[in-house]
Amino acid sequence: MIPAAFAYERAGSVEEAIALLGRDEDAKLLAGGHSLIPALRLRIARPSALVDIGRLDDLRYVRDDGDRIAIGALTHHDALVRDPVLAARCGLLAHAAELVGDPQVRHRGTIGGSLAHADPASDLGAVALALDAELVARGPEGERAIPVAEFFTGPFTSSLGPQEILTEIRVPAVERGVYLKYQRSARDWATVGVAAADVGGRVQVALASMGATPLRATAVEEALAGGASAADAAALAAEGTDPQTDVSASSEYRAHLARVLARRALEQL
Amino acid sequence: MTSVAITVNGQLRDAEVEPRQLLVYFLRETLGLKGTNVGCDTSSCGACTVLMDGVSVKSCTVLAAQADGSAVTTIEALAEDGDLHVVQQAFHEHHALQCGYCTPGFVMATVSLLQENPNPSEGEIRQALEGNLCRCTGYHNIVRAVEAAARAGG
Repeated sequence: MIPAAFAYERAGSVEEAIALLGRDEDAKLLAGGHSLIPALRLRIARPSALVDIGRLDDLRYVRDDGDRIAIGALTHHDALVRDPVLAARCGLLAHAAELVGDPQVRHRGTIGGSLAHADPASDLGAVALALDAELVARGPEGERAIPVAEFFTGPFTSSLGPQEILTEIRVPAVERGVYLKYQRSARDWATVGVAAADVGGRVQVALASMGATPLRATAVEEALAGGASAADAAALAAEGTDPQTDVSASSEYRAHLARVLARRALEQL
Repeated sequence: MTSVAITVNGQLRDAEVEPRQLLVYFLRETLGLKGTNVGCDTSSCGACTVLMDGVSVKSCTVLAAQADGSAVTTIEALAEDGDLHVVQQAFHEHHALQCGYCTPGFVMATVSLLQENPNPSEGEIRQALEGNLCRCTGYHNIVRAVEAAARAGG
């Protein structure tokens, strides 16, 4: 389908984009467009205006900051896959990026756009949550850092303000991390995804498609911290979740997948 | 309306477009380049794959306005002086198409793949083409064609 009509502005800087967003409360930011344009085409989203930040190349980088890695929000998935810093210091994120969509999608889609879209089925959302990522946003009042645990507030909803722009994602360097997802067909969304990472000696687990937002599997983490085996801890993976029944899977099947994938992820970790 | 200047197949094209115009319709309807097909309309099937600034993209999921200042290559630009491109020749020789509807997208996705990875394994080829759907060939001949194109230096 053809999207409904909208106005279009290409921003030359983050500051200009913030100002443009301030002019129209129904305006939406356009980064790579690989979440937004499909929604426009289905007319699920009907913004009055798009503010295109897709050419802000200074928001494309992966920087080694010692104990953590800073990633510019407009870094394409494909660049994450190929980045030597990520490969060496946070292979989990590079691996998960390779499972997003397909090559064409990864050439255009961005990590910041994916996180800001706040899809509960997002691979990178679950991985960011397992890593306790910090998200940096810039708005009219300046810059703030948002812990990812406070970022996802509902389906396709984040704690970003109407004029705030996600500019950077900070993740810890981790040596051990696994992301597994089950999908019905190639390039489908995750029916369920499970991310597990050893962050500073503590195993952290997060789930995709198991509720209204990406979720931490806190029962699994607490069991592991208490000395439970991978299998015993993974059996708790669906606790506190609220998975949907939809065309891909029933709620019960998603709970089953979460337990199985969590066990496999912990065994591989 | 918004102004765009897009280099398509080496030629700079200036146009006024509606902001909501998708790149694939700019190519097909504004420029008359109908080699690029629209298949699923939902960024799933890859029939509309073109190269944008050197890499494969689904032109049904890019606004023409986003392509302002970019270079776009479509299937029409691959053959030179009537000689098929190496990838096109390999698809022809290995019977990698039946109805041909998905073929321009597969060929462009293959060109992009071989630029990034000149010697892909069979597994890498199948992974790299996961964003393109074919309903006739069953994929095996497509994979053979891509292997042949790689051997021929495609």
